[in-house]
Amino acid sequence: MAGTGKDVSSETLGEAGTPLFIVRLACNDPMPKHELILLKNMMQPGYTGSLADYEKTGGYQALRNTLGKLAPADVTAIVRKSGLRGRGGAGFPTGVKWGFLPKDYQGPRYLCCNADESEPGTFKDRQLMERDPHQVLEGIVLACYAIGSETAYIYIRGEMVLGSKILEHAIGEARAAGYIGKNVLGSGINVDVWVHRGAGAYICGEETALLESLEGKRGLPRIKPPFPATHGLYNKPTVVNNVETLANLPHIITRGPEWFAAIGSPPKSTGTRVFCVSGHVKRPGNYEVPMGMTVRELVYEYAGGMRSDKPLKAFIPGGASAPFLTPAHLDVKLDFEHVAAAGSMLGSGGVTVMEEGTSMVWAALRLMEFFYHESCGKCSPCREGSSWLVQTMRRIFAKRGRMEDLETLLDLCKNIAGRTVCAFGDAEVAPIQSTLKHWRHEYVDLINEAEAANLIRPEPVARR
Amino acid sequence: MTFVEKYKDEIADILSRYPVRRSALIPLLYVAQRDQGYVTESAMQEIAHLLRLTPPQVYETITFYTMFNLKPVGTFHIQVCKSLMCALVGSDTVIEWIKTKLGIGPGESTADGLFSLSVVECLAACGTGPMMQINEDYYEQLTENKLDRILTDLRSTGTSPLKSGPFMWPEPVKT
Repeated sequence: MAGTGKDVSSETLGEAGTPLFIVRLACNDPMPKHELILLKNMMQPGYTGSLADYEKTGGYQALRNTLGKLAPADVTAIVRKSGLRGRGGAGFPTGVKWGFLPKDYQGPRYLCCNADESEPGTFKDRQLMERDPHQVLEGIVLACYAIGSETAYIYIRGEMVLGSKILEHAIGEARAAGYIGKNVLGSGINVDVWVHRGAGAYICGEETALLESLEGKRGLPRIKPPFPATHGLYNKPTVVNNVETLANLPHIITRGPEWFAAIGSPPKSTGTRVFCVSGHVKRPGNYEVPMGMTVRELVYEYAGGMRSDKPLKAFIPGGASAPFLTPAHLDVKLDFEHVAAAGSMLGSGGVTVMEEGTSMVWAALRLMEFFYHESCGKCSPCREGSSWLVQTMRRIFAKRGRMEDLETLLDLCKNIAGRTVCAFGDAEVAPIQSTLKHWRHEYVDLINEAEAANLIRPEPVARR
Repeated sequence: MTFVEKYKDEIADILSRYPVRRSALIPLLYVAQRDQGYVTESAMQEIAHLLRLTPPQVYETITFYTMFNLKPVGTFHIQVCKSLMCALVGSDTVIEWIKTKLGIGPGESTADGLFSLSVVECLAACGTGPMMQINEDYYEQLTENKLDRILTDLRSTGTSPLKSGPFMWPEPVKT
């Protein structure tokens, strides 16, 4: 069974006074060793994520060392210097994003923690929130201080009921201890944090759709500009940051931007990344590794390799929105630049692995059905296009396709990508475009079979 | 007693969190759904009145989100993820098992009103698939035996110890 203790052993080493947690994978040679940052606490036996546990590991020290000692602009400068980039998908530098807020604006500002985590293949934020909620909360308070916000909303996906309860409980603990609320730690700063549950819409992970949803409306993305930095929640300056991004902040403040900037593949992709490995591997799960590790190492050493002895056929490096890659890309480094250069994107860090024998037409169809279901309906290219794409894909997979369908697919993709308000349009064409590029013969085989059997018939119109 | 009267304190608490009343819409709809198992038309009208919205403004919002039921569902609403990551590890088989065991397809409820089945898109548990959500709880790494036990537990006690706790995968090693 994947992920059982049999395959993984671990130990805590004392080095230079600070305990260093090292994950050791028994099947590996040589053993990968690196320090965990975000998952470090929760990997310790008996760690419950309570306030007492978190404080024992040095929790809220970053906040104590910041309030009254560092100016908000200093915190932004530190984060900018660390090179921290957004972990939600777009990878925008966090410090730069904060810097876009108007300096002289007098009214309220808002921080929204994006915990919508709805990208298929991604399940890291759930673990960060449910296992170590105070790490996220400390990051939220630090970010509020840096941007001058007194109110933060955690927009958590509606299905994660347990996660929202754990966060509510943690907020209560932090409020009682004076880390959240009026006059935080006697500094005169007020920070209120509220959990707001979404209600099951993928698009609400897009930052402007999230804001619309938080305002109690349909989650339709807004046209940008204006950007949320100037016109966000209730038309006020707003920052939207991912859970993992915020969880990094206490560590950056405590250990310094230079330390963080040296991890991973500097200068552009610094720090670690929690990669969510799923699909046909022996040990699927969340693995925190420095950015710049190769896919091969992540899949074969951390995730234990393929679950059966069939070879790897395809993988997605960054959630459902990222184009498929082939075994030829196994040595691509998992950082923003290298994955982009290979023709895909690092996205949310959801690595999905498929073994030989998986039909790529089927895989693309499954993702297309997801996008068809989740298209919000605001822009016609995406709303209508996703319907046409899914119908054409279903027809091909049901062996009722014809050769000109391939051109239709590509033509549709071309007319959706880049022609919508948000990035959903670009995301939904990625599975089809990339599978058509790398595995066109699978489409052709299905169509040839259809033509040989003379099975071409009109397909009834699909209903949403 | 009307819905707003029944949950007076909880509603006041929710309203206090937002500077703009409309933001309380989704949280209030959740309260209404918890009350009846689905959101009734009268609750929607009360909420509209409370938030100073028109009924269509409430209706347009509620119909955008998949988690609100506008019709009664079974006591246990089973939602199985069928997205690619779960499908790779056998979610279609899980759906077939449930169809066989309960005799219902997606969108249907058992005659005793105990179970409803929905097939849904990604629930953010891709590393521990195949998985399903029943009411508020996740059940992951499903096998046929596990599914049998869950259904038996739900029938007899209304809950099952096999539901997921705080998520962690792979689990830390117990030394």
